[in-house]
This record gives sequence, C-alpha cells and structure tokens, in this order.
Amino acid sequence: MSWWETVRSGLAAIEAHRLRSSLTVLGIVIGISSVILTVGLGQGAQQEVRDRIDALGSNLLIVSPGSSTDSSGVRGGFGSASTLTRADATAIADRDAVPDAAGVAPAITSSVSLVNGDTNWTTSLVGTTTDWLDVRSRELSAGRFFTSAEAVQGATVAVIGADTAFELFGPQSPVGQQMSVNGTRVTVVGVLTASGASSSGSTEDDLAVVPAGTASRLTGSTGDTVSTIYVEAASAERLSAAYQEVQALLATRHGVTTADADFSISTQDSLVETANETNRTFTVLLGGVAAISLLVGGIGVMNIMLVSVTERVREIGLRKALGAAPNVIRRQFLVEAALLGLTGGLVGVAVGIVGAQVLPHLIDQAVAVSALATVAALVTSLALGVGFGVYPAGRAARLTPIDALRSE
Amino acid sequence: MSTLIELTGVRKTYRSGSLEFEALRGIDIRIDEGEYVAVIGPSGSGKSTLMNLLGCLDLPTEGRYVLEGEDTSSLDEAALAAIRNRRIGFVFQQFHLLPSMTAWRNVELPLAYAGLPRPERRERAIAALDKVGLGDRVDHRPGELSGGQQQRVAVARALVTEPALLLADEPTGNLDSRSTGDMLELFDELHASGRTIVLITHEPDVATRAGRNLVIDDGLITIDRTTTTGART
Repeated sequence: MSWWETVRSGLAAIEAHRLRSSLTVLGIVIGISSVILTVGLGQGAQQEVRDRIDALGSNLLIVSPGSSTDSSGVRGGFGSASTLTRADATAIADRDAVPDAAGVAPAITSSVSLVNGDTNWTTSLVGTTTDWLDVRSRELSAGRFFTSAEAVQGATVAVIGADTAFELFGPQSPVGQQMSVNGTRVTVVGVLTASGASSSGSTEDDLAVVPAGTASRLTGSTGDTVSTIYVEAASAERLSAAYQEVQALLATRHGVTTADADFSISTQDSLVETANETNRTFTVLLGGVAAISLLVGGIGVMNIMLVSVTERVREIGLRKALGAAPNVIRRQFLVEAALLGLTGGLVGVAVGIVGAQVLPHLIDQAVAVSALATVAALVTSLALGVGFGVYPAGRAARLTPIDALRSE
Repeated sequence: MSTLIELTGVRKTYRSGSLEFEALRGIDIRIDEGEYVAVIGPSGSGKSTLMNLLGCLDLPTEGRYVLEGEDTSSLDEAALAAIRNRRIGFVFQQFHLLPSMTAWRNVELPLAYAGLPRPERRERAIAALDKVGLGDRVDHRPGELSGGQQQRVAVARALVTEPALLLADEPTGNLDSRSTGDMLELFDELHASGRTIVLITHEPDVATRAGRNLVIDDGLITIDRTTTTGART
C-alpha cells in the first residue's frame, strides 16, 4: 500500500469519527495556538521596545559615573560616584579627541519641586547644554529651546516636558508663563513634544530642562559634577568607534585603565538588551505553559489512538489475514496519529493567526506572528502525533491475527 | 495432481499459565490441487485450530506444514502475511467486511497489500464481484447488502488474488437456508472450475457437498473419506 493511500485511509478513519477526532485534536489546537500567540506577543513587545528606543536616538552613548567607595569601604552602585564633570563633557565635545561624536550633552539631574500658583509638581530637573535637544533626538511642540547665550549666562529659562506642562499649566499654553523652581522664578520658553518613550521607568515626558549653570544655582549644588553625559555618535555605524574614543579619553583624563574605570558607558542597544531579557523571561514562561498544553494534547492523541486500536481489533485482524504485514499496520496507525497531530497543528496555527489579529485590539499589545514559529509549531504538532502514536501503533502491529479476528 | 497441502505430525499446544491444552495431537494430511475438502467436527474438536494453521494465521507447536512446496513452519509474521496475501483466500463466518468501505474497496484490499496499482485493482475487484454475481453492487456498502450478498463479497475478496487455496470457516453459519444454498452452489462452481477449497463446518449437509470429508475429534483426524455426492472428478 503506497504512502499516499495510507494517508487517504488515515484521513478516512479520522473522518469516520469526526466528533471524537475534533475533541482529540483540541488539546493540540490550544497548545499550538498558544505557542504562536506567546511567541507573537514576545516578539511584538520586543519590536515595540526597539521602536521606542530607536525613537530616543539609536546613536546614543550614555556615560554614567562609576561606583563610589566611602570611608568605611562600602562600595556604592553605578552612578553613586561623582566622577564625571562638565570638563569631561567639554573634552568629549572636542572634535579632535572624539572625531566620531556629533554632539555632547552633559546632564545634571536632580529632583525639584515646581510651583505654578497653587499647583505644585515634583519632577526631575535636567541641567544641560544646547546640544541636548539634538543629542536626545527631541523636538519642541511649542516655543523654543534655550539659546547658547542663555546657557552661558545661566538664565532662568526652562523647557518642560509635555506631561509636566499638563500637570502644571493644564490645557493652556505654558510658553511665556512663569513657574517657581525651588523658590526661584523661571520662565518657560518651550514645551517638548511627547515622546511616549520611557527608559528605566521614568517617563521622558516629565522633566524640566534648564541650562547647566542655572541647574546648579537652582539646586544649590556646588562643584561641577554631572550625573550623565549623553554623546551622540555621528552615525549608527560610528557608534562603536565613538564608544572607544570616549572610553579612552575618559580613562586618560581620570587616570584609570578601562578595566577599573570609574565610569560606565551604555548604548541604547544595551537598553534594548535589558528590555528584551525581561520579555524573553515572560516568553519562556508562557511558552512553558504552552508546551505543557501541547504535552497534554499529545497524551490525548495517544489515548484516542489506543482506544482506536482496541476498537478496531477485528479490522486489524482482518487486514492481517488479508496480507498486511506488521509494519504496514504500524504505518497505518502512525500515519493516522500524525494526521491527527498535523490537523491540530493547522487548526492551531489558524486560530493563532486570527488571535494575533484580534488580541492587539483587546490588550493594546502588538502581536507579531513569526513564520519560523509557525513552521516550528506545525513540525512540532506532526512530531507529537508521531511520537505519541508509536506506542498505540506498535500495539496494533503486535496483535496476532487470530486473537484479533476472534475478539468480539 | 500435485500436492498443495502437506501436514506432517502437526501438534498445537496452547498454554495459559501452568495449564496446557493440546488442541491438535498429531495431524497428517495431504490435500491435492483441485480438491474440495470439508473438515467436520464438534466444537472444541480442534477444527478452528486446524483452520488457523492451514491459513498461516498461526504456527504449529510441532510438525511441518508445507504449502505449495514451501515449508511455512519457521516463517516470521511478515513472511506469513505475504503467504496469506498471495496463496490463501479467506471466507469467514462473520463475513469480516469493513463497513465504511464499498464492496469493491473491500474486495481490492488484498491487492492493495500486494502492492498493485489502483486502476488494475479496481478492474480485478469488479471482475471478481462479477464472478460472484454482484457486478451491479460494486458501490454498495456492506450495510446495504443482505447477509448472502455480503458473504459473496467476502468470497470475491478471497478470490481476487487468484490464491492457491480457498479457506472457508463456517461460511454458511450466519446465512439463512436460501443463501446457504446459493453459497454452496457458488462453491460447487468454484470447485468445478478447478479451485482448491477447504471448508470447515459442523453441518453434515454442508459437508456432503465436498468431495472429501475429514472428521476431526479431540485433536485427531478420525475419519478421512471420499463422499459420493460431492465427488465430481
């Protein structure tokens, strides 16, 4: 009997018990569709994170201070030291030292309280240079950024984030309005366009940007340490060159080797990596649940195949009497189990794809159906059918024809 | 005429736990080509066991079974399946047709296992159904046929491979008297056309149609006689 005919007779056997077959494959359908949706959710989330981070500027290097060690030897975490200075930022901005950097923006970040009339709002104050706007790939929705003249003077002007503007001024335009920052009156000259992005939890839309000198004055800080230096590479290709240049320059300036550097440089790629790692954990977790449901589905197939063998003992006996060798019988049942698995897989893929279209409307989360996951799911379902069909098929093949014929 | 079947000192012992039951206790039979033999015996006499051995559905515990010159006593299940497929046609008391398949699909099954291409199978299956008088029922399912017609489908299936031996186990056991008559007439015709038939029965009037009667009792052949009514050579 040819393979094609075996497949046809398998299909006929499945169709003969339509309800039972559908219930049998249900487990596999659920398993496969959840695998597709899980992988799709994971990939959709990764894509989303990548898009958002790209929007932040993919050429960005973020230089943070290293850890500090206090007098009793307790070492703080990254960023606890005050090793970065505005002079470092100025040095990086030197085109000869770092030819692959296009812009440098040091940032002095601190938490401040803003007051407008009887409304108050706590936000992060960012003291920086005029390069900040370009380096962080931000745009203004209203007004202007502070000028270099204002930066040099340390003028009391500020550009605020969209969320900050709304919290403090409500729907009216904040441009030209005055607000009080830690008791000093500051004029709002511009509002940033909402980016919708967030890095490390804090929204990029809730902040007040002022000239670096102004920030020191407003917060009463002395010295010229900065919390972060943002460096924009000239292009994505030159990012790693810029990375090495900045690293070498700062190591020389601080008199350390790159191995025990008192600063760290991260790229947006490493942020993507962190975000993806979180997503991957979820994907693995959900994928594990999906895999268990596939296992249960496979056991369901085995169960029904065993029932089917028992039920068709006489048919098996007859086929053997008519000349079917044990291998032919084995093949027939294996093919039948494989077809059950594959049917479940196909329906599961269909359900998964439909689900991927519907789900984003329900949970506001992108679902990317990957071709690889789909093919892998189909192969898995086929393998499940075959794998869990081996035992029942072997039982059918081992039946002796007289016992099989005699049974009622 | 050449010898088709030769059983020498065949014994069959069934074991279940510590119990042993000897169903056949030393059988010697020779059946020539073209013979029409009825094996008669009460239930429990060992005639079903003999039928299983003759049909290569089971192997003897002891002794030799030579079919068409080939010793089958030491073959494995796959080789036995091939012998059943090519050399033996079975007719069972319960017909044993597959209910989901049409008459011709039932008849072509042995040819499918023999590996014949489908168009030839269909042609031969329809020819075999024609021969048993069911040429107009090829697309009927077993459920749409009477008992006598179903058994004739089974005979067509047994004959479709042109086997050396037609082995019938109580073929009329589930038929009414009219269908029984028709079936026995069909067997007479097949015998007349030269086919070797071994029929197992407990009904004496069925046995008298055969040219030779083997009476089996308690695992031994007690009588081997040529009958007058059925003798046509």
